[in-house]
Amino acid sequence: MIRLVRYLKPYLSVILLTIVLLFVQANADLALPDYLSRIVNNGIQQGGVENAVPTALRASTMDHLQLFLTPDEQSRVMAAYTLVDASSPDYAETLKTAPGAADESVYVLTNTSEVEIAWLNPVMAKALLAVSGVEQVMADPDKATQMGAAAGFDLSRLPPGADLFTLLGNLPQSQREQLSAQLQGQFAALGESAVQQAAIQAIKAEFTALGMNAASLQTNYILSTGLLMLLVTLVSVASSIAVGYLSARTAAGLSRDLRRAVFQKVEGFSSTEFDRFSTASLITRTTNDITQIQMVVIMMMRMVFYAPIMGVGGIIRAIDKDSSMWWIIAVGVAALLSLIVVVFSVTLPKFKAMQNLIDRLNLVLRENLSGMMVIRAFNMQPFEEQRFDKANQDLTGTTLFINRVMVAMFPTMMFIMNGLSLLIIWIGSQQVAAAQMQVGDMMAFMQYAMQIVFSFLMMSFMFILLPRASVSGGRIAEVLGTEPTIRDAETPRNFPAPFKGAVEFRNVSFRYPGADEDVLHDINFTARPGQTTAFIGSTGSGKSTVVNLIPRFYDVTGGQILIDGVDIRQVTQHELRDKIGYIPQKSTLFSGTIESNLRYADDGATKEALLAAAGTAQVTEFIDSSADGLATEIAQGGANVSGGQKQRLSIARALVKQAPIYIFDDSFSALDFKTDAGLRHALKENTADSAVLIVTQRVSTVMNAEQIVVLDEGQVVGIGTHPELMKTCEPYREIALSQLSMEELS
Amino acid sequence: MMMPGGNPNRSGGGSKEQAGGPGFGPGRHGGPMGMMIKGDKARDFRGTMQKLLQALKPYRWSFAVVFLFAAASTVFNILGPKILGKATTKLFEGVMGQIAGTGEGIDFTYIGNILITMTILYLLATLFSYVQGWIMSGVSAQVTYRFRRDIAEKINRMPLGYFDGTNHGEVLSRVTNDVDTVSQTLNQSLSQIITSGVTVVGVLVMMLTISWQMTLASLLVIPLSLVFIRQIVNRSQKYFSEQQEYLGHINGHVEEMYGGHLVMKAFNGEEKSVVKFDGFNTTLYSSAWKSQFLSGLMMPVMSFISNLGYVAVAVLGGWLATRSLITVGDIQAFIQYVRNFTQPIAQLANISNTLQQTAAAAERVFGFLNEAEEVPDPAGALELSDVRGQVDFEAVRFGYNPEKAVIHDFTARANSGQRVAIVGPTGAGKTTIVKLLMRFYDVDSGTIRVDGRDIRSLTRRDLRKLFGMVLQDTWLYNGTIMENIRYGRPDATDAEVYAAAKAAHVDHFVHTLPDGYNMVLNEEASNVSQGQKQLLTIARAVLADPRILILDEATSSVDTRTEVLIQRAMNELMKGRTSFIIAHRLSTIRDADLILVMRDGDIVEQGDHKNLLQAGGFYAELYNSQFEPEAAAAVARAA
Repeated sequence: MIRLVRYLKPYLSVILLTIVLLFVQANADLALPDYLSRIVNNGIQQGGVENAVPTALRASTMDHLQLFLTPDEQSRVMAAYTLVDASSPDYAETLKTAPGAADESVYVLTNTSEVEIAWLNPVMAKALLAVSGVEQVMADPDKATQMGAAAGFDLSRLPPGADLFTLLGNLPQSQREQLSAQLQGQFAALGESAVQQAAIQAIKAEFTALGMNAASLQTNYILSTGLLMLLVTLVSVASSIAVGYLSARTAAGLSRDLRRAVFQKVEGFSSTEFDRFSTASLITRTTNDITQIQMVVIMMMRMVFYAPIMGVGGIIRAIDKDSSMWWIIAVGVAALLSLIVVVFSVTLPKFKAMQNLIDRLNLVLRENLSGMMVIRAFNMQPFEEQRFDKANQDLTGTTLFINRVMVAMFPTMMFIMNGLSLLIIWIGSQQVAAAQMQVGDMMAFMQYAMQIVFSFLMMSFMFILLPRASVSGGRIAEVLGTEPTIRDAETPRNFPAPFKGAVEFRNVSFRYPGADEDVLHDINFTARPGQTTAFIGSTGSGKSTVVNLIPRFYDVTGGQILIDGVDIRQVTQHELRDKIGYIPQKSTLFSGTIESNLRYADDGATKEALLAAAGTAQVTEFIDSSADGLATEIAQGGANVSGGQKQRLSIARALVKQAPIYIFDDSFSALDFKTDAGLRHALKENTADSAVLIVTQRVSTVMNAEQIVVLDEGQVVGIGTHPELMKTCEPYREIALSQLSMEELS
Repeated sequence: MMMPGGNPNRSGGGSKEQAGGPGFGPGRHGGPMGMMIKGDKARDFRGTMQKLLQALKPYRWSFAVVFLFAAASTVFNILGPKILGKATTKLFEGVMGQIAGTGEGIDFTYIGNILITMTILYLLATLFSYVQGWIMSGVSAQVTYRFRRDIAEKINRMPLGYFDGTNHGEVLSRVTNDVDTVSQTLNQSLSQIITSGVTVVGVLVMMLTISWQMTLASLLVIPLSLVFIRQIVNRSQKYFSEQQEYLGHINGHVEEMYGGHLVMKAFNGEEKSVVKFDGFNTTLYSSAWKSQFLSGLMMPVMSFISNLGYVAVAVLGGWLATRSLITVGDIQAFIQYVRNFTQPIAQLANISNTLQQTAAAAERVFGFLNEAEEVPDPAGALELSDVRGQVDFEAVRFGYNPEKAVIHDFTARANSGQRVAIVGPTGAGKTTIVKLLMRFYDVDSGTIRVDGRDIRSLTRRDLRKLFGMVLQDTWLYNGTIMENIRYGRPDATDAEVYAAAKAAHVDHFVHTLPDGYNMVLNEEASNVSQGQKQLLTIARAVLADPRILILDEATSSVDTRTEVLIQRAMNELMKGRTSFIIAHRLSTIRDADLILVMRDGDIVEQGDHKNLLQAGGFYAELYNSQFEPEAAAAVARAA
């Protein structure tokens, strides 16, 4: 997986942008509960008053406030407010919102910077509370006595009706400060939140006195908060669409790049690499594995990156609401994670077992289908039914177990989440009672807790998702990291002109990569142009291997192969293969038409040349009998033509090339004897100047070759013509006699 | 949320979100592209569903319990937010009282009681939901098991002819994909339908009890979301099918090029191949990102719509709360309800799709199970004893397709112990005779008799007992060598198996294998050679000790030494038995008592070697062509 990172390079900036957008999205998503909390706290509970810094104050109230402020504070408060009276330019405007301004001058808050308000908030809260306390005292003499006692004054000595504020104002500065400090101490005991709440009540009273409309204030607050929420929602959806767009392009782009890289790489592989990986595995690596990566990249960019951002953001905001309740979230996350761990550790081994059981079921069924005749011939249907039933029961049992564990997971998860809500309400309400938090904050906390738990859930899926992807990634990287063993020489030579096509094996030995033993030992022979050289021997004798060395599907491991005196490793593969007409053991056609298949050998071949090659390959009759002639469609893998026709077309294809060297690797096996004979006859006439190499099992095929090479266990045990070998070569005689009777061989 | 392993047999099972759950916070992300791929449709939806219900009838009580429990669990979950909201309201009122200094503070007893009630409700919901799931997985496991078993048994009762026209992959797909689709619907979608339905109704009711204005406001969002979803699905459909198409092209090209790697190399086709690949790859890229993007739009759009509901509820709720028309707890409950509304709506919107897919899959399964079966064995069938093995063909006419006879009028007799060679070029239909003899197919007219009895008057079982078969397609199964030989006669003793193995020249090579007779043949039986497989099938036939033999001697890919062994084993096997040999070897043909010459599916000549050669017909032509003119002339002279 790591090895693939360099393919991500072109997309690095896009990925970074995505992460930024995810931050935006997470923040927007996390902001919503906060706004809801504000609607509940400020909008509903506090009647639209957000903080203890009132937007407007009567001049008299301001004077009273001054009494409880230090000189520092006084100047800063005065700086934030502007006095509005009948002469002020803003008078009319102020009068509209606060009709009380008609009776008395009003201080209007003009400095609304957040910093200033944050600084003013506690200061004003305490002062407001002190003022309202004094006002209460004045309204109720009994209370005044109590309060005075608490503050260390004997207020009862005051004349009734005396203005306490005037009195306080007359006190020396030092004494006033002492009183303030005392009050500060008492407020601190109450807690900031309670002071704030009380101050807000005082502000509400002040607003009433100013004749301001409390209801519209509240409604305006809620509406403006709603508008903000709408804005945030839009930001969230915009960034998440952008993330979707970027991730789709990145994932599709990356998979396109990887797919191309893998395909190009594999096209350069030699048979060695194909043997190592196996064709099926290479196909999977080029197709499914890359699709897998594409899906994972999308998931990564949209969810996996998002989860931690969301989780961390959620934690920060939740702790900001109430830092003492973090443990509830921890409990929730821990419960959920342990549930996942338990479920997966129980089911994972079963999942693996189940895959095997599915394979087993399919295997038995496939065998039932492919062996239908044998099964019926031996009356073994009951036995097969039992065999299938066993596989079916095993699979059903395991699947049921997994499903039942999985089925438990969702309700349990749900219970954990719901339990979490209950716990938050229980603990939260006590916090609220202790004035440690507000109701809206508790509601927001609940939502954050859910978001955090979900982000952990997403992250835990990442651990399930990533291993799968890393297997795919590893498989792709393995292909990309493999260098083909057969490469062109640094400074390639050319074959001498004119090209004749004499193939010489000089002390050639060969060992398959990773094998313990050589499969070919010290092979020597020369195949001359204009002659047929046939290779015969039992399976495993190495005859196919010999001819596959010539087009460099493999390279010799000892000795050398020379064509016209040049070592084939010194020319380019392209030039070498240009000289060879190759007909493989397993005939392969490509999808297209008969014509496109024949032309695969030579794009520029004339129609006459195609038909001539078809004639030699004994396939004219087939082409003529097909409705569309040369334009007849060939399905993928040549599935719509029989084995014999495929072989003949594959021979015709090679003949179109008019190559100086022909290699027939057991290419007549699917032909009946009659066609086989006819074809060899025609070949003889049409490849008169070429060197023809034929691998076969049939003695009748080789009887007329100019040269027969008999192989046994990787060694040449005889070279000669049929009559010579019948006399001198025992292995050859053995093969020949098993196929024909004495009189036919003579 | 993509739950890995929701359905074990298929990747990416749908999510199963239940009502009243945790969908509380904004911007929650649902499963990606759950409903994007439109499935195939059943031809007869109603009829198939009726059949499916019929098949599910034995489980009706289980279903009743499942329905009840799923509904109950959903209802309990739905009650949650509203009751919890009351706790919040109480708390809020207490706080307001505290601040105003009027109330007596927060009523913790009340809140505590609510929380205890809720804990019980949630526990019950969890329990009910689990019991429901437990029962449902049991039912779906049983239904799946039965369907699979029925299909496997059905295969054995169907005529061989059916499989000529049907790809094995298709049958396999019935057993795996189609049965799985049905099972998944049972396992997940069914209870999802119940819970989604109950949730939608329940939530609606709960919302209405709180505030009709807020309900209206949040419901306005739903048609909006449906329109959006439809738009997205329609648009992305085009790119999805294009993506699928080009993925197909690419896979096809890759398979072809890798499969034909040697040919591609031999003809220097690398460049051509890469150019073609690039063409596909570029188109795939553009359709892939478009379809991914469009289907990915679903998530943000859904969550945007859900957030709109959230905002509407917050604003409207706040406003109503200031007028004391609703409480703060109501807002909290409402937000939870709105959050839980979109998911089941999306699920319900997808139900018809799910049901269509299920019906299509079930239709294929039922269709397969309803295919015509073999003609039943006659009642009171004859029993043959002491069979001599005389086989008569009388005016046999047969065609794989009734309109097109391949064997027109064939009459021949194989006397007891005789060898009959069937010869002809590739594709001449040599195995047809074999298939008729063993009643894999029935003749269209005429009769085939064994010891004078029409083979149709016997049970297939008894008839096939008479035959032993060694075909070119050496079918062996994934069991031990011992088991594979014993396949010929399951009640044979070990000693008999060893004896058969010796007779078929199997014994000596078995001893060279890792576990001897206990070696398990791997899936492709590639851990023994082709020749060894052939010998094993001979051993199997030896053990069966049949009266009549059918042999196919094509041994093209067998090495010469094994071939000698096979030949010898076959010769021994044929001794004293009537044998039909699909012959390739000249010696076999020449020694046969009767040669049936086939061409284009029909039997064109019959007789012995000499007669046929003298007749100078197709057989003579065929025989002579095997040798170069000179050799053929020599052969002709010798004959």
